Amino acid sequence: MSQVNLVHVTKRFGKVTAVNDLNLEIREGECFSFLGPSGCGKTTTLRMLAGFEDLDEGEVIVGNKIFSSSSKKIYVSPEKRNFAMVFQAFAVWPHLNVYNNVAFPLKHRRLSRTEISERVERALLYTSLSKVKESYPNELSGGQQQRIALARAIALNPTVMLLDEPLSNLDPKLREEMRFEIKDLQKRFGLTIVFVTHDQAEAMAISDRMLVMSEGVAQQVDTPMNIYNHPTNKFVCGFIGLSNFIPALIKDGQVITEADPEAGVITTQIPSEIKARRVTLACRPSEIDFVSEGGVRGVIKRLAYLGEIIDYRVQVGSLEIRLQKLRRRGVLQEGATCFLKFNRLHWYEEQEA
Amino acid sequence: MGMIQTGKNRKNLVFSKRVADLKKFGAAELVLILSIIVLVVVVAIPILLIFWNAFTTADGKFNIKDVIWILSKPETYQALLNSVTIALGVTMLSTILGVFFAWLVTRTDLPFKGAMKLLFIVPFMLPSFIGAMAWKILLSPRGGYINVFFKNLLGIDKPLFNIYGMAGIIIVETMYLFPFVFLQVSGALERMDPTLEESAQISGIDLFTITRKITFPLITPSIIAGALLVALYSLSHFGVPAILGTEVGIYNIPTLIYQKIYASAGSFEAIRTGTVLASILVISAAIIMYLQNLVLKKGRYQIIAGKSMRPMLLKLRGFKIPLLIFSILYIAVTVLLPTVTVFLVGALKTYGLPLKLKHMTLENFKYILFSWKMTKDAIKNSVVLSLGAAFVTMLVGTMISYVIVKMKVKGKFILEFLGMLPFSVPGTVIALGVILTWSGRFGVNLYNTAGIIFVAYIARYMAFALKSTSAALEQVHDSLEEASRSCGATHWQALKHIVLPLIKPGMVAAFFLIFLPALRELTTSVLLYGPTTRTIGVAIYALNEDGETVYAMALASIALVIIVLGEILIRKITSTKEGNG
Repeated sequence: MSQVNLVHVTKRFGKVTAVNDLNLEIREGECFSFLGPSGCGKTTTLRMLAGFEDLDEGEVIVGNKIFSSSSKKIYVSPEKRNFAMVFQAFAVWPHLNVYNNVAFPLKHRRLSRTEISERVERALLYTSLSKVKESYPNELSGGQQQRIALARAIALNPTVMLLDEPLSNLDPKLREEMRFEIKDLQKRFGLTIVFVTHDQAEAMAISDRMLVMSEGVAQQVDTPMNIYNHPTNKFVCGFIGLSNFIPALIKDGQVITEADPEAGVITTQIPSEIKARRVTLACRPSEIDFVSEGGVRGVIKRLAYLGEIIDYRVQVGSLEIRLQKLRRRGVLQEGATCFLKFNRLHWYEEQEA
Repeated sequence: MGMIQTGKNRKNLVFSKRVADLKKFGAAELVLILSIIVLVVVVAIPILLIFWNAFTTADGKFNIKDVIWILSKPETYQALLNSVTIALGVTMLSTILGVFFAWLVTRTDLPFKGAMKLLFIVPFMLPSFIGAMAWKILLSPRGGYINVFFKNLLGIDKPLFNIYGMAGIIIVETMYLFPFVFLQVSGALERMDPTLEESAQISGIDLFTITRKITFPLITPSIIAGALLVALYSLSHFGVPAILGTEVGIYNIPTLIYQKIYASAGSFEAIRTGTVLASILVISAAIIMYLQNLVLKKGRYQIIAGKSMRPMLLKLRGFKIPLLIFSILYIAVTVLLPTVTVFLVGALKTYGLPLKLKHMTLENFKYILFSWKMTKDAIKNSVVLSLGAAFVTMLVGTMISYVIVKMKVKGKFILEFLGMLPFSVPGTVIALGVILTWSGRFGVNLYNTAGIIFVAYIARYMAFALKSTSAALEQVHDSLEEASRSCGATHWQALKHIVLPLIKPGMVAAFFLIFLPALRELTTSVLLYGPTTRTIGVAIYALNEDGETVYAMALASIALVIIVLGEILIRKITSTKEGNG
């Protein structure tokens, strides 16, 4: 059963279309991420889902209830959606202590005193805040403040929990820790989470499924693994993980690089659906091998030791190709001529020159 | 032997350190001492003399009996009570209006919010005593234009509203002081992180509860800070009570001081009463300043937005147009109406004629600007005194700020303490203080000369200079100066080529922040002017007192034009966010 449905959702700010005809299904109990560079429309989408922004077109449906609909003139205000939200800037109330930060929204739901304290204590326990419940936010670290926001959200027992770049204000080490904590909480409470981030590693680590967005348009919706392995277009391929983009020409069934047509033939099977003569080939740095013969000729310009991995920059004509190989496979020297074999290529058709 | 050697070495070391100290006693210490002297002479001695006069007998003995006797006299007691009542009333009204309008222009979908926001600050520019005169012309019980209009319209006998009295004073003062609260609160609401409210809303809390339980507590420090500023100004305010109270026998502290000094031509008794009242003003001002620092320090939550987003705006729906009309009416009545009155009455051939074009003439303005020596002198005096005081105070203020902000020198704390004094000394107190200081007691008699007004202006506006120049200096990071020193520049070169150009905007701002208020100054000058040293403010006030209403308004129109042009100029030059005194 699907929990959240966005149907043909469009949002414009003046002449700029922030979100363009977005269709999306988020299932109950899954952790779903919106991923994209800043300004891609992911936060706007989240805020439309929350009810902080109107829709110019389309509908937001949660369960079987319409929350926003531009054509039917329906708008349920944020406080009536039974959501919870965690913000980048923590948004904990500085004049309330930790306990009251979590309890405040519950107190306005006409819950019994005992139920409020049970829910607050439970939420504080699972976010490791029980010991500091009397403290005020300004006495706590950034990580603890964000935990208050999480506790507040959990205690509400929301249908959907919205997280807007909740980890961006934390330092890198804490960020990784919190990813797992959020994932744990989600499993423990069976929460449906919508998570907005511009950090692809974070999205990959936390999501069951994710949406990659660019310039207001959905690029791909799938599991992190599928998106990594089968990016539908150049943007997704470049945004998720490292990629080399190699402009190439197909001549008489052979593939040669545009940067140096004399460098040799790329040995590969041309997929049947590729009809164009000009293509862009995308290849992860780890999916390229050095071979002793055949392949494409290049010169090693630079190499950097990244610990277990060596990062090579190989010049092929005017193009620089990046390779990452394990240290144990042997080290080639700068200036050496080498031959490259491309293992898993993604094909994208281009216009004829 | 070794021991002796060491001892001698130590002695040598100490000795050479002394020499170094002596050598070091150059520019830095000199500037510090100079700064201290300036503040002592200009601010500290006048205040001390006030306390001295208030609390000692003629032969220098401590004397509290007279103080109590003076305070228990009905007229002083009543003046104190009036001051407090007016201050409380003005503070309450200003807070309600300021918070309401601030919320309206920052948190609702009121149309033309940007323009409205600017318009609500306009009352700041208008001198309140000119406003009070305009209101007197409109609402005096017998001849007030509005009262007469309604008398004829409704055929009633009684005036619609009598502007004379406590109610009138409180209302008119509120019109010109509420921007203090408005600026503080609208600033706080704008800087506040909108997600603090959004997170409450998404948690299921309705907007009304959010406003009550989240927004309001978070801006409370700003509200209190603004309210205290209003209280500080109102408590020691001269202009409005002088115009709307004196006529019906209502005095507050500053007007009673003026009355005493002016009526008794400086008798010992009058000075004693004046200094006792002035001491009370200084003490209450100091308490208010202290409270304000406390509130601002303690209550400053980290509510600054991390990620800039538009705050949620309350949809006014059906209230949108009524509230817009209400706001526009408020501005029209409090700003436009008195201003127009000033210009129209200033153009009348004779006071009392109906405000019709056929009764208007430009002769009044011509006469005041080119023919009448008294007004010509007043304009000249004000311009020269304001320019001079602004220039000197800016330079001295920059020097003092530089010592406080940038220099590491022993004894700086004395200067830091002295530097706070100007902020808590009301204009009436300064006037009284400079009379006591510069009337021959120390061999210099400036009484009845322009010189005494000049030193009073410096004392009165030193706070403005210190505030804007120290703000500018704090933004110049030490490393900039150090970098130029490390490139081989001398201290002086670093100052001239790096620091001064960077703080020039702050200095220009200080200049105008002093020049413009000084140009229309009344409170201090009215106690200090002599036969040939009237200022614009004094001339307008005196003309009004003498019943020369038309000429008073004509001169006021000219003053308003100069002030508005000046304000436009300063906004162009500085274009900083907030300019509160």
